[in-house]
Amino acid sequence: MNVFLLFPNRDADPKAPLPWQAEALEQDLGLPQVYEAMAQGDKFLHAAARRVLLDSLEDVDLIRYRQAVLQDCLAHPDVVREIYRIPIEAQEKKREQWLGIFSRSPQGILSSAVDLLAMFVGLLRRLKGIADAQAGAFASEGFRRFFAMLQAELDEAYFEEVETHLRTLKFRQGVLLSAELGPGNEGTRYTLRKPRRTPRPILKQIFGRTPSCGFTIPPRDTYGSKALGEIKDRGLNEVANAVAQAADHIDGFLKLLQAELAFYVGALNLAERIAALGMPLAFPDPAPAETRRFTASGLYDLGLALAKNAAVVGNDIQANAKNLVIITGANQGGKTTFLRSAGLAQLMMQAGLFVPAQALEANLARGVFTHFKREEDAEMESGKFDEELGRMDAIADYLRAHSLVLFNESFAATNEREGSEIARQIVDALLEGRVKVFFVTHFYTFAHSYYAASQGEALFLRAERLPDGRRTFKMIPAEPLQTSFGEDLYRQIFKAG
Amino acid sequence: MPSPSVLFPPDAARPDEDQAAEPPFFGDLNLDQVVDALLAGRKAYRLRPFFYHPLHDAAAVRYRQAVAQDLENDALREHVHTFATRMRQVGRYLRMLNDLEYPYHIAGWFLEAVLRYTEAVQALADALAEADLHAAAFLALRDYLADYVHAEAFTALRDEAQAVRAELDAIRYCIHILGDTVRVRRCEDEPDHAAEVERTFAKFRRGAVKDYRTPVYVRSGMNHIEAQILDCVVKLYPEPFAHLDAFRTRHPDFRDPVVTAFDREVQFYLAYLEFIAPLREAGLPFCTPEIITDKAIAARETYDLALAHKLVSEGRPVVTNDFALHGKERIFVVTGPNQGGKTTFARTVGQLHYLAALGLPVPGREARLVLPDRIFTHFERAEEVANLRGKLEDELIRLRETFGQATPQSLIILNEVFASTTFQDALFLGRQVMERLLALDALGVFVTFLAELSTLGPQVVSMVSTVDPENPAERTYKIVRRRADGLAYAHALAEKHHLTHDQLVARVRP
Repeated sequence: MNVFLLFPNRDADPKAPLPWQAEALEQDLGLPQVYEAMAQGDKFLHAAARRVLLDSLEDVDLIRYRQAVLQDCLAHPDVVREIYRIPIEAQEKKREQWLGIFSRSPQGILSSAVDLLAMFVGLLRRLKGIADAQAGAFASEGFRRFFAMLQAELDEAYFEEVETHLRTLKFRQGVLLSAELGPGNEGTRYTLRKPRRTPRPILKQIFGRTPSCGFTIPPRDTYGSKALGEIKDRGLNEVANAVAQAADHIDGFLKLLQAELAFYVGALNLAERIAALGMPLAFPDPAPAETRRFTASGLYDLGLALAKNAAVVGNDIQANAKNLVIITGANQGGKTTFLRSAGLAQLMMQAGLFVPAQALEANLARGVFTHFKREEDAEMESGKFDEELGRMDAIADYLRAHSLVLFNESFAATNEREGSEIARQIVDALLEGRVKVFFVTHFYTFAHSYYAASQGEALFLRAERLPDGRRTFKMIPAEPLQTSFGEDLYRQIFKAG
Repeated sequence: MPSPSVLFPPDAARPDEDQAAEPPFFGDLNLDQVVDALLAGRKAYRLRPFFYHPLHDAAAVRYRQAVAQDLENDALREHVHTFATRMRQVGRYLRMLNDLEYPYHIAGWFLEAVLRYTEAVQALADALAEADLHAAAFLALRDYLADYVHAEAFTALRDEAQAVRAELDAIRYCIHILGDTVRVRRCEDEPDHAAEVERTFAKFRRGAVKDYRTPVYVRSGMNHIEAQILDCVVKLYPEPFAHLDAFRTRHPDFRDPVVTAFDREVQFYLAYLEFIAPLREAGLPFCTPEIITDKAIAARETYDLALAHKLVSEGRPVVTNDFALHGKERIFVVTGPNQGGKTTFARTVGQLHYLAALGLPVPGREARLVLPDRIFTHFERAEEVANLRGKLEDELIRLRETFGQATPQSLIILNEVFASTTFQDALFLGRQVMERLLALDALGVFVTFLAELSTLGPQVVSMVSTVDPENPAERTYKIVRRRADGLAYAHALAEKHHLTHDQLVARVRP
């Protein structure tokens, strides 16, 4: 039995390590805001959101598979939340009813495992009921397969078989063991046997046909009772293990269901938040990693919108066939915000989520990396350039063709000539290696060198400044300018003060 | 016909095992460490007497060398090892019988002992019949065992034991437990319940989960409940148990003395071969020494076995050395920097001769050695002695005893015996001792700081511990045959500290 709601052919691995650059992505792209909106305070949802958002898919079909499942979820949020209740309830009941396998003796393990299993079976019946009622209403391959599997595997005959086991394993008619003579004529290979069903009375059934011999342990012989208990334990060892493992496996199935659905439940929460903000969301159109696509309308920084709890400005951008996007322009003009919105949309798309935009078409990236100026490093000025290059060195260990690197004012901890030269050498090398680059910079020398040499494979955006000096926080295609409007900002701030 | 032994040729005298005591030089040569280490875990075989008993007859040594060489064959050694494991089980089962209470429990373990014994002997006989053997001892044992396993006494023992075991194996009984009541009966093909449960829940199986099986506490024991169940089984299946009783009565004492003697004696070799196996793995050579009757002893790439054992276990490299005497040469005088391996060299020469006299392979690529009638060692004791005069006096008394007992066939090893006296005393005493050694014509190793002793005659060979000229602080532990000048090391150290004559002249400012 498989869940397969995140991948069409395999389980999600909740223990898979996060990508190496996870921390930098979270810090630079505002991911924690998104996790929070998906989790609504629930730790488990938070962890699931984090895991799936950081584990980028690199296959268009996988993304479409998830998009379809997610569209089903958006169409039937109540059903999805009802299913999600089932594994939650399993964990709650385990806690509340002290169900669990804590014993060390086979008899103890067996009896607690039988109780645990009985509880799970009740929940499986409910899950099967939902499948029966809802199977027809869902359209995605993922959900259709999931419901069909439940209906096929958990039919009434199966539930009867399970319940028969649970009943007989209470041993109301005693325990029947087979045994053989090992070395020293010591009993060995004690194995629990299932008595044959016959219409005759139970004692006759067990002893009627063959000669037998027996004894009863006197009430005061506690040592004898203990010795008998040990024989029973040896006989029940295998069956106790089988039942306890069965309980573990069902527990594992329910936990996996919880883990995979948690991502979609988080997505439902997020969609509701976005709707409440009055912002759009769209299912993006992914293109293979070898292509160069990035065309968006109304692309906005979701992290910023969630943090401000308000609508924010979106951008339209046409960067198809571009390997390099260089963003220049006024300080405080929305360059970083734009860069974040592009990176975040890329990650959300590659997680199978909708994106914060009216529409987005983008090629997949084989790894998204961020190299952002780090404000907190200011105090150790002398080593800052070294630190920047060190981070780039580390990133380079993980780069592949068709990776995406987002630079934000990188290599600026030195003078413009040096910084430009370094940045130029790095970016040239990346482009030759077919890495896609977004670069926010105020280095005119650097930006202009690409503009002068560009054969059309680079896009140059500029944070818009109106003739009266106001900023629109829109990016417009434009040649890099020599100044970066710091004077404006200075004036604006000092005039206000 | 005498019983074949792997330790002593048919006509050789065996040591009185009760009288065996550790030879006095064991501590000086660190052979005590070697023997303790290689006997660890083999106490029950009582092998110590054999390791305390060097041979003095070259033929007896070669008898053992041949056995050791045959045992170099991995397949044969593996067979012997398997045999030994089974024989240990036989012994354990038989000792256990005295502590058991229920007759069919006792009879059952007796049967087990017989089965293991016949299995052990049969497999050994088969293995020897197939093996490529050269040692007289193994050839004699092969013949003995071939007769033994085909004799009626053995085949009857084996066949009856297997027949009874097969009858007991065929018994399958069912126990029904309801409360405190136990019923035992024959089984009727009732299905395995655990397997059915597993089948039912197989569809949920994914990955590995915890193993909930409680480790079965296997004791060789039977409580009164198990005994009562067994009594019931006896009632349900009386015949096999009657056969078991009859079997035990027919074969009260089944072990053959030659088989048990081999089981013990072959451990002498296995203990040693096991001890040296990791050294060989580390690339250290071992060889079968040639026993010579002149005194031109020699060895290539040899080393101190005790030290090598320690170094290899710590993953550190072992330095090997060569030595050789020619013609009239009798004495190695070893000089040179301290901590340079001089004592190790002296021990190596002693160990080699002792191990050769045990008939065992020795450390080295090749070796020509004598069988000394005695080995004497005089090592400076580390412990402080309040009275230096008393110490020197004791030492001289011991030396006098040594020279009173030593013969031209002895090996005498002296290690810094006069280090704690004055230079003049040491030189004087050293000369005296050397002259006695030379007069005796015995083989000797004399470790000393007195370079003068190395030039006392053509019978003396000077060996010097060395340093690496590039890195004088590094010890090489190489001992080479070279004139003793006593200055090479001092010069190297001075250079390292820029204190040679020329260096110092240049550093002193005008």
